[in-house]
This record gives sequence, structure tokens and C-alpha cells, in this order.
Amino acid sequence: MINRTIALAKYKGTFEQPDIFGYYGTFGGAYIPEMLHPNVEELKNNYLKIMYEEGFQKAFRDLLKDYVGRPSPLYYAARLSEKHGAKIFLKREDLNHTGAHKINNTIGQILLAQKLGKHRIIAETGAGQHGVATATVCALMNMQCVVYMGEKDIERQAPNVARMKMLGATVIPATSGSKTLKDATNEAIRDWINNPTDTHYIIGSVVGPHPYPDMVARFQSIISEEIRWQLKVHTGSEVPTHLVACVGGGSNAAGTFYHYLEDFTVQLVAVEAAGCGVQSGRSAATTQLGKPGVLHGSKSLVMQTEDGQVVEPHSISAGLDYPGIGPLHAHLFESGRGTFLSATDAEALESAFELTRLEGIIPALESAHALAGLNQLKLTAKDTVVVCLSGRGDKDMSTYMAAMEKT
Amino acid sequence: MSQTCLSCLPDRQGRINLESQMSNFKSSLMSRIQELFKKKSSRVLNIYCTAGFPQLNSTIRVMQALQKNGADIIELGIPYSDPLADGPVIQESGAIALHNGMSIKVLFEQLKGMRDLHGDYSAKVTVPVILMGYLNPVLQYGFEKFCSDAAAVGVDGLILPDLPIREFETEYGQTLRKYNLDFIFLVTPETSAERIRKIDSLSTGFIYAVSSSSTTGKDKDFPDVERYLQKLREMELKNPVLVGFGIKDKATFQSACKYADGAIIGSAYIKALKENPEEESTSKKFLEAILK
Repeated sequence: MINRTIALAKYKGTFEQPDIFGYYGTFGGAYIPEMLHPNVEELKNNYLKIMYEEGFQKAFRDLLKDYVGRPSPLYYAARLSEKHGAKIFLKREDLNHTGAHKINNTIGQILLAQKLGKHRIIAETGAGQHGVATATVCALMNMQCVVYMGEKDIERQAPNVARMKMLGATVIPATSGSKTLKDATNEAIRDWINNPTDTHYIIGSVVGPHPYPDMVARFQSIISEEIRWQLKVHTGSEVPTHLVACVGGGSNAAGTFYHYLEDFTVQLVAVEAAGCGVQSGRSAATTQLGKPGVLHGSKSLVMQTEDGQVVEPHSISAGLDYPGIGPLHAHLFESGRGTFLSATDAEALESAFELTRLEGIIPALESAHALAGLNQLKLTAKDTVVVCLSGRGDKDMSTYMAAMEKT
Repeated sequence: MSQTCLSCLPDRQGRINLESQMSNFKSSLMSRIQELFKKKSSRVLNIYCTAGFPQLNSTIRVMQALQKNGADIIELGIPYSDPLADGPVIQESGAIALHNGMSIKVLFEQLKGMRDLHGDYSAKVTVPVILMGYLNPVLQYGFEKFCSDAAAVGVDGLILPDLPIREFETEYGQTLRKYNLDFIFLVTPETSAERIRKIDSLSTGFIYAVSSSSTTGKDKDFPDVERYLQKLREMELKNPVLVGFGIKDKATFQSACKYADGAIIGSAYIKALKENPEEESTSKKFLEAILK
């Protein structure tokens, strides 16, 4: 622990927010075509000012409390703790309205969009959780909502597609490339290029051009803000030994880590989706397989061929099926501040069933990757671990049922 | 071209930077693009085609056919898996080109010798050639190696729409100058006058005026476009202005040329090539319809 603190000393202050150009270390920036410049510039010049206005904070906090149901509980998982031989707490983002952490960010961004005078909202979605969270706040605020979703994801996440439609959103299939999250993001960006004045793009993760990674991290930081006081109530200390979260783009991990980023005594554990295995050719473990590159408006680690073509990733979990990672996480990886693990499809499934039987909680497949990461940590009785249970498993029931039939 | 020669002054340690003096000397020679605009100040026609489309080896044949039938500049698109600023027609051509096996390495192999095809003068590519692509494949190839190889095969300029101004100024611009490559920035109707001035000061070759904030291949309202082009003209920029996005036929080309130095056609030409992949007859028919 002391070694870690010394080794990281030179990075002090580089994690909580990017520099004025949007860089965390060497990652970030705003690599956008000129057509997006006015929109992104408007956002960059205003987001902090708007976010920290008293009136905005009150509206945001009130909605998180009364509409989302925050604070989400920090639950001491006794039987899971017994299994791992350490104190394990689950941050229950699965209990939020709409069933995942995604709503923290969409509430923040829809309020911001209103302040910017926008009346049309677009979003991309992978598993559909961000799409549902966006469609929800659009219904709440009476705004037009268009969600781009990969054709392949539309097939495997049918319940969420139905929810979005019922909420009044238009769901447009992305039919290019791998037909998943990456391509849905391309389509959303193209929509924004074509609608430069009336539209706000609610990006669902800590990816995209500056200021998105910072803005989304700040909206999600409510997760670790709560962990700090909740853990103190449970254990007498605000500080755990480990924080564990799954990472696709990385928004729930950013929120879970945020208020501990500069506290180098806490081990930040990010679990990526290994798919069929990191070296199988069918994986989404970006820090293991990616190289520095530019995707969706920022410089980060990107899974790509030698020729710089972005590859089609694979994960059983649509929310982690992304060939990039937010620039903050790329910096956590490169600096050594974060510990990056990966879990395969099979390991995630196993952990999902384990949690269900031990604690009576059916997790989302994404969150199941974080749980699978616990098996790779050498935990002792002295350790206090907080795992972000980012979402609930209702949307994944068809995958879980298929797995049950196999066994 | 007026470039302030800051590097001719001794730096803080009192040294004079010889390398950048050399590159300033080189860039004081006119590039092929600048020479073109000196000779021809109106109705300059730039045709875009994706490299490796419709066939992997059709790149040079397409260029020859375009040149022969009256294109003043050829813009070759480097296909990319995630072309954010392109509409469906160019996206599809890029996907086909990638499937055909196109890459930067293959492209440079194909372009090698385009300025000097032995014994067949008529086949030699003499018009300015620009590469348009996205930053990621170029970064993987190596930015400096890319510029060096592009210059070596006779490429004149680059369009990289996702290379930001700040990174151009701090990191990449000097490499482009070193290899004497023109760099063409985009402006849109939403670009402020102040930013247009800045873009004009950084651009060499010409400025690519996006005719409305849209991905390529979309139809647009022309009166709005004309007001915007008139504004650009009144700014008396140092660079010529070519209009891109939305130009597809004689009428749209002529309207664009009323206010700008010329125009860029992409999607409409790709569509024509898709319907009839025979390069010469397609290019002849397409260009005649626009230029006659």
C-alpha cells in the first residue's frame, strides 16, 4: 500500500478532473469534426457553471432522492463475505428507478439540456439501460427522444426496447459495422452533426469528446459520495481497501471510484469483459487488447487491427461489448492507479448465479463481471470491499434461462 | 503565402533552428494545389472517391479517368471502420474497400509511381491529389511515416476531419510542414468569424466549406448555403474556398461556384461508380453532365 502511494505520487491530481484541454495524462481531448465544434464548445464552456449552480444542484438532488430513490443502499452481503473471507458490501445501483446506475447521468444531462435550451434528445445504447434511462427522463421532461441501438442488441435486449418504445422514444437500429454499441454511437454522433442547434446528445458513459468523460463522471460521482458516508455508518471508516466495478466504457466504475481517486490507499479494481477469453479473438478486454487510438471523439485505448481499423468486440453482456474505454480509465490503467482484471462470459454467468443463490439478488450480466473479479483478488479478513452492483438482471433473463437449460 | 518566420529568430538558448528554416524554405515554394488555384481561380472541381472502391485495384484507374475527363483535384478517401463524418453512400463504399483489402500500406503501394508512369504520359497523374481519412488509422501507421510516405508518392495535401486545431498547432502541424503537405480544414455555417480567421491562418491549399452542418450525401436548402458562402467570400480569406457536402449535379455545382472557387463532389460520384463500375465511361458521363 505504501509502495503504491509512493509510485503514484507523480500522478497526484491527474485523476479527478482532466486538464483544460480534456486530457487525463495522455488520454482524452476532443477529436471531433468541425461540424460538432459549436455543440461541444457550448457544452465545454457551460457544463461546470450550470452543474454547480445552486438551483441546478437542488433540482438534481431532489430528483435523485424522490424520483430515482437515492441514496441507494450499501448492503453488507454476509454470505458472499463468508465465501470470500472478507467484508463485502454491495452498492445497490440495481435498486434505482429503471434498474441501473445509468439514470444518475441522464437526470443530470436532461436538466443541463433544458438549461441549454435544447428540446430534442439523442442517445446511444448497448444493453438498453442507458436508452431506457434516457427515454425515462425525456418522458419526465416532455422532450423528444431518439435512441440509437445496434441491430444485434435490439434482438438480444427485447424487453428494454419495449420499455423505450412505451416511454415514447423512437428506437433506430444501427445497421453498420458490428451492429452493436460502437455503431449505435457512430449513428448518434452523425445525428448530432445533422441537427446542430436544437439537439443535445446524452452520452451514456465516460467516453466521447471532452467535456463528456468529466461531466458523466461528475454526475455518477454520487455513487462514491454515498459510499463514503454509508461505509462510515457500517464500519466506522469511510475508506474501504478495495472498490470493484465492471468497465465497458466505464461510467459506473468512474462513479464508484470518483471520491477515492486521489486516495491512493484504496485499490481501485476495474473488471473488463474477457468474452470467450482474452486471447480467443472474441473479447472486449480493452486494456489487455487495445492500443492508444482515437475513437468517438477522444484519445484512449482502442481495440484495433494493425491498420487502425476498430475491431468488433465480443461479450455476453451488451453493456460491456465496446472496443474502447473512457480516457480516465485508460489513465488509471497506464499510471498503475487502477487494477484491471477481466472475467469471461462463463465466469460472469457463474457469478450471477452465485449471487442469486447466496444473497437473493439477480444481477445484470455487466455487474456479474465485477462479482467475478472478486475471485481473482487475494482477499483477507482485514479487507473491506465495495462492489458496485450497477444493474439488475431482469433484462438478462433470456440469457440466464438459456444457461439454466444447458446445465 | 505569408508565413511568419518565427523559427528564423534564435530561440531562448540563442540557437537558430536550421531544420525548421529549411522547411520554411521548402514551403515557400508553391505546392501543386496552390499552383492550380493560381492558374484557375473559379469552377475548380474536386472529385472524391474512396480508395479501393469499387475494386481494390481500381484506385489508379479511377484517378486517371477523373483527370482525363476534367477533374481539377482528386481526393482519395482512406476507408475506415468508423467514419463519423460520412453519410451512408461513402460509408458503404468504405466498407466495400476495406473488404477488398484496402489499407494505408496498400494505398501507398498503389500510388507509388502515379506521378511518373513510365512511357505512358497520358496515364500519369498530374492533378493535385489529396488524401482524406480519419486520424486513428494514420496514428497507427505512424503520423510522421504517413506524411513522409504520402509526400514521397506525390500526395499534395491531407484532410483529417477529426484532427483538432489545438493538436494540429501543438503536435502535428510541424510534421505536415516538414513534408510540405497542405492541410485542409473544414468550416461550417456555425463556425464563428473569429474561428474562420484562425482556420484560414492554419490552412494551406484551400478551405473546405461544409455547405451545411451535415454528414455527406444530404440534400440541403440552397438559399441558406448561398448566404453563408457570400459571408465567406466577403471575409477575403487567404485560402481559396471549395464547397463540399450537397453538391451532386450541374445546378448545385454552378450555384456553389457563384460564391466559391469551386466545389467537391463525393457521394454522387460514388453512386455513379456503384451503378456502373467501369471507371472511364462512368467518369466521362458524370463529369460531362457537370462541366458541359
